[in-house]
Amino acid sequence: MPADPPLLAVRDLCVSFPARGRMVPIVEHVSLDLHAGEIVGLVGESGSGKSVTAMALMGLIDSPGVRVTGSALFRGRELVGMPQRQLRRLRGRDIAMIFQDPMTAFTPVYTIGWQIDEQIRAHEKLSRHAARARTVKLLADMGVPDPAHMAQRYPHQLSGGLRQRAMIAMALSCSPALLIADEPTTALDVTVQAQILELLRRLRGTHGASILLITHDMGVVAQTCARTLVLYSGRMAETGPTEAVFDRPGHPYTAALLDAIPPLYGPRPDRLPAIDGIPPQPADRPAGCAFAPRCGHAHETCLPAPPPPVPIGPGQQAACVLPAEGTPLPPRGPMTECTA
Amino acid sequence: MMAALLRRTGQTVLVLFGVSVLVFGVFFATPGADPTARIAGRNAAPQVMEKVRHEYGFDRPLPVQYAIMMKKLFITRDLASYTNRGQAVVPEIMRAAPVTASLVCGAAVLWVTVSIFMGTLAAAMKDTWVDRGLMMLGLVGISIPVFWLGQVANLVTQSRYHDTWLFSWVPGLGYVPFAQDPLGWFRALVIPWVVLAVMFIGIYSRVLRHDLVALAGEDFMRTARAKGLSPMRVLLRHGLRTSMVTFVSLFGLDFAQLAGGGALLTEVVFGLPGVGRLTYRALTMLDLPVIMATVMYSAIFVVLANAVVDVVYLFLDPRVRDAR
Repeated sequence: MPADPPLLAVRDLCVSFPARGRMVPIVEHVSLDLHAGEIVGLVGESGSGKSVTAMALMGLIDSPGVRVTGSALFRGRELVGMPQRQLRRLRGRDIAMIFQDPMTAFTPVYTIGWQIDEQIRAHEKLSRHAARARTVKLLADMGVPDPAHMAQRYPHQLSGGLRQRAMIAMALSCSPALLIADEPTTALDVTVQAQILELLRRLRGTHGASILLITHDMGVVAQTCARTLVLYSGRMAETGPTEAVFDRPGHPYTAALLDAIPPLYGPRPDRLPAIDGIPPQPADRPAGCAFAPRCGHAHETCLPAPPPPVPIGPGQQAACVLPAEGTPLPPRGPMTECTA
Repeated sequence: MMAALLRRTGQTVLVLFGVSVLVFGVFFATPGADPTARIAGRNAAPQVMEKVRHEYGFDRPLPVQYAIMMKKLFITRDLASYTNRGQAVVPEIMRAAPVTASLVCGAAVLWVTVSIFMGTLAAAMKDTWVDRGLMMLGLVGISIPVFWLGQVANLVTQSRYHDTWLFSWVPGLGYVPFAQDPLGWFRALVIPWVVLAVMFIGIYSRVLRHDLVALAGEDFMRTARAKGLSPMRVLLRHGLRTSMVTFVSLFGLDFAQLAGGGALLTEVVFGLPGVGRLTYRALTMLDLPVIMATVMYSAIFVVLANAVVDVVYLFLDPRVRDAR
């Protein structure tokens, strides 16, 4: 792990929304480090607070009464509580975001090129012409065929894959240091998914971007991310180097998620193991471990308070009582190439 | 794009034809009503009846009657009023049209600018007292009947406070042609404009605010904010521009409806000799040719305005451009 200070250091990030007269915590005590040139995966099922975490980092949550606490240092500057005016200067220029659904993420009434130009010109003093030249080059870099012509097309005229490429081109238009990709491949079909992931992986080299990759797809994480953070019900379940997390999951939730991936080799199971039950609603999370109601290993020590993250390996932590009690989960063996 | 325009024009012509057939059918081909007797007037001599019947072709099959009627309306333009024999209907409408157009266009300019301003301001200041105040004002505007507001405006500006400095410039009721005296035209119309626009300002600003607020939750608005654009730019260039699509379709319908005679109450209250007042007079006297002509006129306006809205759509929304 590099020794220099991380590009993004998040500590104890909590986000709560007011509902029925009280504050409901959606994200609780999330901490993560992201170093320059690194791809970190933020994994969790729908409603686990992945997107809210990303939106909070970007300062994009504007619901009335929302409370964001904790700290998020980006290049030593505190993002939490930063005035909107300053945040705006960071957004799009230093931190850019790619959204899940490229179908709806572009304004329908402007051309793709116009929208990319707009972002460039919002941050840099460039002529219309120079901005368009950069737009076309970016689109070409992203593997968009006939970029000059594509820039003049409207979002609805492009396929999902092309639109996502244009979205990535737009995100990279001001060479951001950090790219937050919120489920960038979820809305795409599998072959396009693989192309987009390949593109994201390449960006590290070509554009020097660090990426926070938000996904619910363990396969995507395995292919792409150096380190992984597993969220469950707004809390960190496990974090560590991807390989370690996949080989020796320390949290029963991580293990259950990995079990739910269909094996690529060997006999085909009759039924895939699934996790029983559903995640608790944010308003009535249990006092103890949020996963306890669905966990096969739950016992009385899980119930009074959420277990704190404990180190279980180099750079790996799990918020579970099992390792500390001397009964860690068995290792799953070396990570196999798994795809979604 | 060109093909879309042509197709739209073709549709317009077809719809206009349909409307004219329908209107003709309702007024002249309804069983039980003898149009000859109505046109010839009460107690007309049999010779007169015969002459009218022959002139309008009522002794010939329906398609011929239709053709004669359309000829009288659009080509020879000598369709005469029942009640005021000798007064041709079409020139009368042509004389009334500029009055209505002046009234409606002025009001439209007023209601579009004011409602865009009010709606956008309210959306930008969502959930503040400014927003609530503006929307309350809009609701009040919608609830006030136009004839009542017109009468009150008349009462205040024409009699009660006419002699004060504030309203001494207000001319008496009636219309002044623009070509004759532009300033007089403006002074005669400014109060009717405001009165007519009030309800529409209320409706449009509320619709626009609602649209903008709903749009704020859209993905592309989030993208725009994530790009680091100022809230103002996000609201105007991305939000307002996108809501213009709804706005224009609403506007097209209301404008056509008013221009085709829907501003009747305003015209009557302010003594403006427009199409609406003409219809009103014809209705009170059951003057069939005039009613038919105004209905045709109004239908033509609505259909044409719809065509114009569709063309504007082609420019406003690239998705529509491709879908057709």
